[in-house]
Amino acid sequence: MSLDQTAVKRIATLARLKMTPEHITAMQQDLNRILSFIEQLGEVDTSEVEAMVGVELPAMPMREDSVDDGDDVKKILANAPSVASDMFVVPKVVE
Amino acid sequence: MSDQYFYEGASGPWELVIGLEVHAQINSKSKLFSGAATAFGAEPNTQVSFMDAAMPGMLPVINSHCVEQAVKTGFGLNAEINLISSFDRKNYFYADLPSGYQITQFTRPIVGKGYLDVELEDGSSRRIGITRLHLEQDAGKSVHDQHPDKSYIDLNRAGVGLMEIVSEPDMRSAEEAAAYVKKLRAIVRCLGTCDGNMDQGSMRVDINVSVRKPGAPLGTRAEIKNVNSIKFLTQAVHYEVDRQVSLLEAGEEILQETRLFDAAQGITRSMRSKEHAHDYRYFPDPDLPPLVLEKAWVETLRTNLPELPDAKKDRLMEEYELPLYDAALLVTETEIASYYEETLQALEAVTPKGAKLVANWLLGEVFGALNRDGKTLEDCPITPGALAGLVMEIQKDVISGKIAKDVFSMMWETGKSAPALIAEHGLQQVSDDGAIIPIIDKVLADNPQMVEEYRQGKDKLFGFFVGQVMKIMAGKANPELVNKLLRERLGTA
Amino acid sequence: MPNKNSLIHLSLAQAREGLDKKDFSALELTEAYLKEMEAQRDLNAYILELPEHALEAARESDKRLAKKEGGLLEGMPLAIKDLFCTEGIQTTSASHILEGFKPPYESTVTQNLKKAGAVFLGKANMDQFAMGSTTTTSYYGNTLNPWQRADGKALTPGGSSGGSSAAVAAGIAIAATGSDTGGSIRQPAAFTGTVGLKPTYGRCSRWGMIAFACSLDQAGPITRNVRDAALMLQVMAGHDPKDSTSSTRELPLFEAALGKGVKGLKVGIPKEYYVDGLDPTITQLWERGAQWLREAGAEIVEINLPHTKYSLPTYYVVAPAEASSTLARYDGVRYGLRVKGDSLDEMYENTRSEGFGAEVQRRILIGTYVLSAGYYDAYYLKAQKVRALIARDFHQAFQKVDVILAPTTPSAAFAIDEKPTDPVVMYLNDALTVPASLAGLPCLSVPAGLSAEGLPLGLQLIGPAFDEEVILRVGQVLEDAAAFKPFLER
Repeated sequence: MSLDQTAVKRIATLARLKMTPEHITAMQQDLNRILSFIEQLGEVDTSEVEAMVGVELPAMPMREDSVDDGDDVKKILANAPSVASDMFVVPKVVE
Repeated sequence: MSDQYFYEGASGPWELVIGLEVHAQINSKSKLFSGAATAFGAEPNTQVSFMDAAMPGMLPVINSHCVEQAVKTGFGLNAEINLISSFDRKNYFYADLPSGYQITQFTRPIVGKGYLDVELEDGSSRRIGITRLHLEQDAGKSVHDQHPDKSYIDLNRAGVGLMEIVSEPDMRSAEEAAAYVKKLRAIVRCLGTCDGNMDQGSMRVDINVSVRKPGAPLGTRAEIKNVNSIKFLTQAVHYEVDRQVSLLEAGEEILQETRLFDAAQGITRSMRSKEHAHDYRYFPDPDLPPLVLEKAWVETLRTNLPELPDAKKDRLMEEYELPLYDAALLVTETEIASYYEETLQALEAVTPKGAKLVANWLLGEVFGALNRDGKTLEDCPITPGALAGLVMEIQKDVISGKIAKDVFSMMWETGKSAPALIAEHGLQQVSDDGAIIPIIDKVLADNPQMVEEYRQGKDKLFGFFVGQVMKIMAGKANPELVNKLLRERLGTA
Repeated sequence: MPNKNSLIHLSLAQAREGLDKKDFSALELTEAYLKEMEAQRDLNAYILELPEHALEAARESDKRLAKKEGGLLEGMPLAIKDLFCTEGIQTTSASHILEGFKPPYESTVTQNLKKAGAVFLGKANMDQFAMGSTTTTSYYGNTLNPWQRADGKALTPGGSSGGSSAAVAAGIAIAATGSDTGGSIRQPAAFTGTVGLKPTYGRCSRWGMIAFACSLDQAGPITRNVRDAALMLQVMAGHDPKDSTSSTRELPLFEAALGKGVKGLKVGIPKEYYVDGLDPTITQLWERGAQWLREAGAEIVEINLPHTKYSLPTYYVVAPAEASSTLARYDGVRYGLRVKGDSLDEMYENTRSEGFGAEVQRRILIGTYVLSAGYYDAYYLKAQKVRALIARDFHQAFQKVDVILAPTTPSAAFAIDEKPTDPVVMYLNDALTVPASLAGLPCLSVPAGLSAEGLPLGLQLIGPAFDEEVILRVGQVLEDAAAFKPFLER
């Protein structure tokens, strides 16, 4: 499978990365090299195998339902580039 | 109710197909994967942990109570509980989604297939299939009205636990969809797993609507997002069906798209922000091992469930011979059913007739007065015991149903008991032949012309005579007795 | 009493002894390192130096030592890889997008180290978001290897924990924290003649460690010797209820595993690790390593890990896929860099394309692609299935052997300007470290000899899950046999 420029552009949009045309050409080349490398996986017979999600671990641990976190608006906003009325500010979102 | 199931277009009948996705906020003190609070209406960003704000290196740890609530709700939906489920990431960028992905259950939900039976006004009932129930995180809130070209983001709601309950496309009318949501709300309230407050956003509905010619394959559907009341749900379905049928009959196509219900105008419109084709790139969340439930623990939850609305409804129908519709109404809220059963217990004896009488009074007078005064059953001035007192006076023929309504109003105002008010105002019904016969005779004697006409066949005049007797006796005469005696005196008995 | 300049030559174990005997104070130890840090600033091992912070911590250590309340690492001056969040101290993961970010929290690993009395000298340089094997993808410049070749070209210290490895090798940190996703502790350790330990996945908490690939990332130490690695691990590891993937297993006393020798142990030699392009000196070193262990009483057994060849392609699907999702949070809204845009999406795109380096963008794009509709099954799901086969290979091997011996890298450190431009050729550098990462197994890289050019080479030990003890135990035997002379002693 090989990626054309339109596909690279589409993926870049999904990943919210802005790309100049030169950038796209360079990336297209790199990505296609990586993809053809990855394609080796097709050689492996995996018909009888369950996918591994991660390293085998005991079942999910759970916490009690208690409020022990979160009441510190200053810390939450401390690193924010733009804040008003104790909220994060972003360009207008149109719904 | 065939007109409910088919929409009459210019080209003939159309069938509606509706499936619902209900997002029910889980009743829990803290969030699904963090220890921040979930209370409604807090100051912006005061209920946000570093995890909820997706700070670098933060990790999720699941809230056991949320898992329990999902399992209980699963039982309420007559559904299979999956002892092994898992969490996936749904990836998309949005201002109110801090991590750029929502933790949800895509491939293996905690609850599988189930169903709900809904009762309709005509006394029929329908079974609606449940596809699944899964756990997921809520998003934050974007505030658009603070600045002309900026949006403000409050993450208090980000990470709150939701149960997404997905139905099969089994509903065929707005009424069914509304009944389904009401039933679902009754169940989660009964279980205490969600408060069901639609106006606070604790229950939000996404509606999938399509239309088709009867018997045709499913049409293209539109998804209407975030409808937050049953009234809006009905409006949205009606609007959407009109829109889709008009388009199809004009030879146009329906776009598969996400639409927003505009409550102010009562219309749905295309959501601009959702224009980009989505590619959510679901994959298993590597931060969370599979969720494995112990069978014994799940069984304990099941055996400790409260009586669910349907079981209660069946019991009311069986024990008291109540009609389906009354029983269904009584079980919509745990409080109503409790009030009802407490009233029955305060009666001297419970007969089917008495049970139906109490149901009529509760669903009629009591709810009428509560609605009028903007009260809820919790602050009802008439206790179940007091209502039973009133009903017993009717059953014992101490007062007529008509007088009872006056007594009820006085009870509502004064908080006094029915017997006290009857004594105080001398409202006791007269059931003594000796007191009634002279009055009847007087009425007949005063209206000879009418007696003549009655005897010649003008039956309608019987009511006039009853009215005259009751008027003279200030409504206190036993109406059945008046009828009986009057017939005797008129010689028609 | 040792000369003040010689303080930087001490191992952790020796420095602890010196403090106990009052040969020098914690403050003097830290001062010696700070001085060296200044002298060797051209290595660019640190993104952020913390001299005042370190001096203050050292003074506190001296107070505790005076009261005999010193912790296991009391007064030990460490380099902290810049992906461990440190409260109130800039943490960037070597990226522009997190420039200026001061976490309001402390990672569990650094918290554990602080509690044990460690002193933080600074935040060590690394490949941006731990993506790379050269420490050349950092926004804050390349880190140089203190080792040099005859041609005098600047060499890479390896990566991604290259700042940590360079600092430990050059004597500007007594030990360091690193993190390993596909070899990021072991490979830089091998390139700098230091010891690198990647614990079993789940051993060290990932809470507060900036993620690259959540199912693979694992914190671990880079140290001067094997004993120091055991000491560091003892403090860094442990169950953390804030990390759902953290193991609840009890921690053994790792140091107690040392000195037990290898008599009776079976050591596996995976023939699939004779990969193309393996430096002949490395092949010889590997055979010598096996010989040392045989002489010490171990049995050498040839084993098969048949899916080894597919480890790299598997890794380059799984890790970028996870990264593409985990790095979505860097959007210019709540912290870090924001580059203006007229719309929300424009702001996202401007911020992310300026804030992420080329390698990070490359991996985000690959990861986005392999998860996208229509490709998920062919790439991501396939890779997770092959991953299961790779893990199964190891599982079967450990039915037959106690530990596996292999080289850490296919070559010695190369010059920064020799870095391949083809990303795939670059990725081949990880061929010997990635398989065990995919299986989550504990690994140790021990410096064992020199290349023809006089550069350090490492041998790698791979153990069964949660058996760090066996790799430490065998690692010490290798260490003793190799008698490797570290950079500081040359």
